[in-house]
Amino acid sequence: MRLLRMKPGHGEIVLAEGDVEVPEQEQELIEAFRRELDAGMWAAVPTATPGGRREAELVKSFDEVPRDAERVIFFPRAAGGAPPAAR
Amino acid sequence: MGLPLGTATVVLVVLLWELARPTFKRTLTRLHLLWREHQRGRIPAGYDPGRERRAEQRARALLRSCVSERDWAMYSDLGFLHVWGGLGDHGRGSGAAYAYLIYPHKPIVAYMPQTGELLNEYCVAFPDLTKPYGSSRLPDSDDVLAKWMALTADERRLVGEANMHLPGRQVDPDRVRRDIARLRRWEQQLAREPIQPGGGSGSDGLDPDNIRAA
Repeated sequence: MRLLRMKPGHGEIVLAEGDVEVPEQEQELIEAFRRELDAGMWAAVPTATPGGRREAELVKSFDEVPRDAERVIFFPRAAGGAPPAAR
Repeated sequence: MGLPLGTATVVLVVLLWELARPTFKRTLTRLHLLWREHQRGRIPAGYDPGRERRAEQRARALLRSCVSERDWAMYSDLGFLHVWGGLGDHGRGSGAAYAYLIYPHKPIVAYMPQTGELLNEYCVAFPDLTKPYGSSRLPDSDDVLAKWMALTADERRLVGEANMHLPGRQVDPDRVRRDIARLRRWEQQLAREPIQPGGGSGSDGLDPDNIRAA
């Protein structure tokens, strides 16, 4: 599993990489995961349905990440873009 | 001998100046505008076009690895993504009552595919407040991917975070209608010539002009 983070001026960077079946590596993944959530990032796991449809799943803890997920992508949390129109 | 030569030189200089003057004025105006933008802080001090281009290439590769081949071909050819709405009675899919167009660094536009009627603009951004290179702005394709992931994963949450406006607030409605028409033509073309696995719909997806045009 790889934890990736989108970064301005760079594209994605690899935060951590490891096998979730290896306890030490899983622990590193969990810690990196928590750091990003604590920094206010959103985490998404790209998925594919049996019908071939591509989607994503937002996860709020490492426990929610499917064990067979190849990657988790972190990105800054959404914020309203333009100010509301004046009334 | 000296007088004609001098006169010819003066005439030549004046002619050259008249020819070069428009270009000179344009260059001066552009430099002035750049300087003003820089003063306003819109262009980060550490802005590097080469680095931004490489970042965008990485972002495009990541986007391509996440969406379907059809969606990737759409983005490459048209410069935006189309996502069906999932909050209606029919759920997400081609029978949905509404859909979204996702543009890089522009609001998400909701519309009704059956009629082409524009519904709303959802202004949403993903600012990285750490500003690693002086800017909080993700590469274009990362912005599209962030919107796509958030929309397909938790549409209600993303819409809740966004500022909703009537159509035309930031995106020209005529342009959106043209894009919807382009999308229909593109889908008809795709029905005639399906995407080959690992290929695209005639584009390798490296045409940034399409993205800029969006």
